Amino acid sequence: MKPRRFNMRSLILNTGSSLLLPLLVLFSLFLLFRGHDEPGGGFIGGLVAAAAVALKLFAEDYKAARDMLRVHPLQLVGIGLVLAALAALPALFFGQSFFTAQWWSVDLPIFGHLKLSTPLLFDIGVFLGVIGAVLTVVFTLAEAEHS
Amino acid sequence: MTTLMAILIGTFYAAAIYMMLRRSVVKLVIGLILLSNAANLLIFTVAGLERGTPPLIPKGQDVIVGAAADPLAQAVILTSIVIGFGVLAFAVVLIHRACEVVQTDDMNEMKGTD
Amino acid sequence: MDLEVLVALPIIIPLLLGAISLTVLSNHNAQRWIGAVGTALLLFSATALLLQTKEHGIQVLEVGSWPAPFGIVLVSDMLGAIMVMLASTLGFITALYSLKTIRKRFERFGYYPLLHLLLAGVNGAFLTGDIFNLYVWFEVLLVASFALLILGGERAQMEGAIKYVTLNLLSSALFLTAIGLTYGLVGTLNMADIAVKLGSVDDQKMVTVIGSLFLIAFAIKAAAFPLFFWLPASYHTPQVAVSAIFAGLLTKVGVYALYRVFTLIFTADTGFTHEVLLWMAVFTMLTGVLGAAAQFEIRRILSFHSISQIGYMMLGLALFTPLALIGGIFYIVHHSIVKSSLFLTSGLIYRLGGSFELKKLGGLYRKHPGLAILFFIPALSLAGVPPLSGFFAKFILIKAGAEVDSWWAIGIALLVGLLTLYSMIKIWNEAFWKATPEPTPPVPAPTRNVLIYFSIGILAFITVALGIFAQSMYEIAEIAASQLLNPAAYIEAVLGRGSQ
Repeated sequence: MKPRRFNMRSLILNTGSSLLLPLLVLFSLFLLFRGHDEPGGGFIGGLVAAAAVALKLFAEDYKAARDMLRVHPLQLVGIGLVLAALAALPALFFGQSFFTAQWWSVDLPIFGHLKLSTPLLFDIGVFLGVIGAVLTVVFTLAEAEHS
Repeated sequence: MTTLMAILIGTFYAAAIYMMLRRSVVKLVIGLILLSNAANLLIFTVAGLERGTPPLIPKGQDVIVGAAADPLAQAVILTSIVIGFGVLAFAVVLIHRACEVVQTDDMNEMKGTD
Repeated sequence: MDLEVLVALPIIIPLLLGAISLTVLSNHNAQRWIGAVGTALLLFSATALLLQTKEHGIQVLEVGSWPAPFGIVLVSDMLGAIMVMLASTLGFITALYSLKTIRKRFERFGYYPLLHLLLAGVNGAFLTGDIFNLYVWFEVLLVASFALLILGGERAQMEGAIKYVTLNLLSSALFLTAIGLTYGLVGTLNMADIAVKLGSVDDQKMVTVIGSLFLIAFAIKAAAFPLFFWLPASYHTPQVAVSAIFAGLLTKVGVYALYRVFTLIFTADTGFTHEVLLWMAVFTMLTGVLGAAAQFEIRRILSFHSISQIGYMMLGLALFTPLALIGGIFYIVHHSIVKSSLFLTSGLIYRLGGSFELKKLGGLYRKHPGLAILFFIPALSLAGVPPLSGFFAKFILIKAGAEVDSWWAIGIALLVGLLTLYSMIKIWNEAFWKATPEPTPPVPAPTRNVLIYFSIGILAFITVALGIFAQSMYEIAEIAASQLLNPAAYIEAVLGRGSQ
C-alpha cells in the first residue's frame, strides 16, 4: 500500500491561519507572562506557540513551518534549558540555597511597576523548551511523511 | 465515589495490560498510555477526593480554612502527565520509525535480537 | 556561599553543558570540546563532593530554600557520593572514547547533548532525597537513553529499542503506582519523612505490598531475574560507547534505587523482602552466566554477564549485614568500571579485527598485544582473579555470606565466578589466541587510536588500583554501609534534629 500524501491544503484554512497565527503567538506570550500568579505559565504558553507553528504546517507545508521557526527546534530546546538552568544560579550570589527565587522590582516611566524574577526566567526557559520539544516531534513525523 | 474510582482504575490497569499483551505494536502503545493514565488516576484518588474546594488561602488569613483539595497530588499528576506525554511522544516516533525499518507491526516478527 | 552547592553541581553541570551543547548542534568541534571539558569538570565536582561527604558526613541541600519535608532536597550520603563519582568517571571516559569513535552523523543527531542529559539524569537519581523526584530523574535518563539507543537506526537497534522502551515504561508506571500508594498512606514524598511515618502506619501488610511494587519496578530497571529480558535484547545493538555507559551505569541506577529504598524506607519486614531479594539475586547470577555461555558474539556475552553481576550486587543487599553491604557497594564500583572497560575494548576489537563474532575473529594477540593486555586485565578482574578489584569484591561478599551461614548462596556465587572465567577464557581463546580464520573479515581503515587506548587504559588502571588499594576502597564502602544500616542519621540530616 502506498502511504497517503500529506495534502490538506484548503483556502479557508490558509486564509484563516494567516489571521489566527499572530493572535496565537500573542496569546501564548500572554499566557507566559501572566503565569506566575494566575493560570497560565511557560508550559501552556509553549504548547499554544507550538500549536501556532503546527497550524502553519497544516495550512501550508513543512517548509513554510520550518522557515517560520527559523532555527532548528532542538536549538530552541537548548536555549530554553540554558535559561532554565541559569535561573538556578543567581540565588548563590546572595548566599541563598540553589534555585531560591529572586525578585527584582523596576520602576519604568510609562508602564509603571515591573517585577522581574528568576521564576520568570525559568518560565521563559520552559516556554522555549516546550516549543522546541513539541516541534521536534511534529517535524520528525512530518519529515517521515514527506520523504 | 472512591469505590467507583477504584473500580475505574482497576479497569484501566486491566485494559492496559490486555492491550500490552497483544501482538500489534500500536496496541502496545495504547496499553502504555492507558497504564500511565491509570497511575495518574490512582494518585488523584488516593490523595483524597475533594469537590469544589480549591486549596486557596482566603484574603486576610495565613492558612487554609476547612477542608481543601491536596495541591501536591495535583502537582505530581501534572508533572507525570507532562513526562508521560514527552516519553510517549518519543515512543510513538520510535515505533513509527521501527515499523518503517522492520516493515511490520507484529511483535512476533521482531525477534532478531533475542 | 556554603559548600552545600557541591551537592547540586553534579546535576547542574551536565544539564547546563548539555543545553549549551544543544544550541551549537551543528558545530562539531564545539560539541566535542564541551563534551570532554564538561565531563572533566563534572568529574572534578564529583571528587569534591565525595571528599566533602567523607569529611563532613551527609550533605543536604534544600532546593529553592523550601525546607524539608515540603520542598525537594538533594542529599549526598556516602553511597550517593560514590555513585556520582562513578557516573562522572565513566562519563568522562566515554566522552574521551567518543571523540574518536562517534561519527559526525550522530553528532548532528545530538549525541553529546544526550550524553550530558543522561549523566544529569543519573546523577539526579543518585542525589535526590525525594521519591517523586527520583521518578522524574529516572524518566530524564530514560528519554536520553532511548535516543542514544537508536543512534544509527539499524533494524536490530529498532527491535531492541522497542523492547527496552516498553519494559522500562512499564517499570516507570509501576514505580509511579507505588509512589501514589505511598503518598496515599503517609501523605509525604520526602524519603526520610516516608521512612519516619511508615513505621506508625497501622496496615503494615499494605506497606509490604508497596515495598513489593517498588521491588518489581526497580528490579526491571536493574535487569534482575526474572525481569531482565530487555537487556540482552538491546544492549549489544547501539554504538559501542553507548553500550559501555549503559552497561556501566543504567542498571546500577536500578540497583542503587533498591539499596536506597530497602535500607531507608522498607526495613520493617526484611524477613519477606530480603528473602525475595536473595532468591532473585541467586537466580540472576545463574541465568545471566548460563545465558552468556551460549553466546558467541562478544557484546552479547558481555550483556549477559552484566545480568549475572547484578545478582552479586543484589546478594549484598539481600544478606543485609554490614559486611554484605560493603561487599555490594564494592561490587557496584568494581563492576561499573570493568564492564565499561570490556565494552570499550570490544569496540576496539571490532575496529582492529573487523567483527564482533568470535568465530570470525582470531590472532589478535599476535597482531595487537596492547589490545590483548587491555582486554585481559578487566576480563580477569570480572572473573575475580586476585589481586584485581573483582577478587576483593567477591571475597567480601562470600565472607559476608559465610558469616550468616548462607552456604548455598556462596556456592552459587563461586560457581558463577568459575563460569564467568570460562566465558572470559572463551573470548580470549577465540578472539586473541587461535589462528586468524579464513577469510578474514574486512578491517576498517586504520586510524590513530591513541585516545581510545588511553581511555580504556585508564579503566584498566582503575581496576588494578582498586585491587591494590582495596583497603581504602573498603573504608569508603564501610562508611557508606554504616550510613545505610543506620537510617536515623540520614533522617536526621534531612529533617533536622528531634524529628524521630
